Amino acid sequence: MEKILLKNTDTGNSADINEYVKAGGYRGLSKALGLQPGDIVDEVKKSGLRGRGGAGFPTGMKWSFAIADPKSPKYLVCNADEGEPGTFKDRPILEKNPHLLIEGMVISAYALGSERGYIYLRGEYPRAKEILDRAIDEAREKNFLGDNITGKGIKFDLTVYQGAGAYICGEETTLLESLEGKRGLPRNRPPFPVNTGAWGKPTIVNNVETLSNVPSIIERGGEAYSKIGSKFCPGPKLFSVSGRVEKPGVYELPMGTSLRDIIYAHAGGIKGGKKLKAVFPGGVSTPLLTADSIDCAMDFVSMPKAGSMLGSGAVIVMDESVCMVRVAYRTLKFFEHESCGKCVPCREGTEWLRKILERVEGGRGRNGDIELLSDVAENISGKTFCPLGDAAAGVVAGMLKNFRNEFEEHIKNA
Amino acid sequence: MFNDTVLKEIDDIRARYPERRSALLPSLYIAQKEFGHLSSEALLCVAKTLNLPEADVRGAASFYSMYRHKPLGRHLIQLCTNVSCMLLGSEKLADFISEKFRVEPGGTSADGRFSFVIMECIGACGTAPAMLVDTDFYDNLSEEGIVEILEKYK
Repeated sequence: MEKILLKNTDTGNSADINEYVKAGGYRGLSKALGLQPGDIVDEVKKSGLRGRGGAGFPTGMKWSFAIADPKSPKYLVCNADEGEPGTFKDRPILEKNPHLLIEGMVISAYALGSERGYIYLRGEYPRAKEILDRAIDEAREKNFLGDNITGKGIKFDLTVYQGAGAYICGEETTLLESLEGKRGLPRNRPPFPVNTGAWGKPTIVNNVETLSNVPSIIERGGEAYSKIGSKFCPGPKLFSVSGRVEKPGVYELPMGTSLRDIIYAHAGGIKGGKKLKAVFPGGVSTPLLTADSIDCAMDFVSMPKAGSMLGSGAVIVMDESVCMVRVAYRTLKFFEHESCGKCVPCREGTEWLRKILERVEGGRGRNGDIELLSDVAENISGKTFCPLGDAAAGVVAGMLKNFRNEFEEHIKNA
Repeated sequence: MFNDTVLKEIDDIRARYPERRSALLPSLYIAQKEFGHLSSEALLCVAKTLNLPEADVRGAASFYSMYRHKPLGRHLIQLCTNVSCMLLGSEKLADFISEKFRVEPGGTSADGRFSFVIMECIGACGTAPAMLVDTDFYDNLSEEGIVEILEKYK
């Protein structure tokens, strides 16, 4: 497949605006500014683009909701808080192709009637911050941002807002709280951010990868774009492959590529010729798949049928030598650390789960611990404001469903 | 209080948002740089500069893990041990750093050279194990590699 998102990024200077323009960059913007905002929304709807942050919501539909809201101003916020463990797909866009994101944001802002945008960037990406700041300055100098974009009288400006190390801020309502200078606690929904988002105004929050698809949708047309990848879920997709594989890295492949192909054909198979044991297909928040269930198409429609989710497309590969109790313990330590504390089942439950897993892993497990793990997980699931609690409970449920024997062994040998 | 250059910087930041409270997180970063860590004095400075209740400032400062509330060493090592890095041996590297450089996770070495923090995912899973030293990224880490890298930070 011809690369769209990571086009030209193997050259050293790809973040430079001149390199980007030379390679055909900002052509989508020129074309977009000759269209009516409504036409752009129609093209995005026709393209079938779905949000790449994990939820897979149809992008054109999300935009329409914000446009239909009479309140103004409207804000466009890019979610660059990629924090789902195993996910590093937005980083190459941010560091090597920042103008693709900026171009996507200017086009989107024009379609939405927004004059102000923010990029909420995770604090752990200091290099991306420098590169984005420089790219924004370059874009202003060339009139791709500012008060009179390409001389057409269109206004839009961008600011990079640095997060400060809270995973939960990747959840969109929490991200907006953080952008407003508050602690990162999720908001109740409804109202949804498309109506009442940043500072109470209609706000579109889109992922880096989502916005970076917009220039090519406009350039080639929504119809042509929709022919790439899966029928119900078109487009290119960035997969972050990590763990025990020969060639970990970010792969741009058609949406719907099979998980088996991603692991074996692209990432070179299991490290050292070992046997595959399990995979988190879309980050640790997506249900674990075992070695015999990887013949599934990686897209938002097919993965739920295979018993998991696409999530962020972060494929974490575990081979036969990996202790699943250890993985469960480390994952719950993460969720405990990142629980914001708003909902009691999540705040207390993740700590409790971590403590049980720590003792089981450390050879101090007790009879009844497996039942206790299930019980605590069930009492978190579905009882929290945001999906963090569900994800933590899901890890425990998935581990016990597929690898219960390993937990039993640990306890028996304690 | 902050000097005029810093006040101007914070003013510029404020202008980019419809409400002044949005300047809080950026200002906390600035205060951390100016004071070394977010001491009570630093937090009070931020509260006064942005005209915000001190409770709001403390509330935000205590929520986010990248704000520091005690003095740090000259250099900050942040090593990831989340799942992808763990699968490639980062936990052993954490023990190695602790022993070799005499610094416990969450602590600072007696000579004040290094502070050491165990991080959650830093988005370098494809080149795991990975760490940040101050704001520099290092990946594909090994014990020998770490010794060589940290040699540069005095």
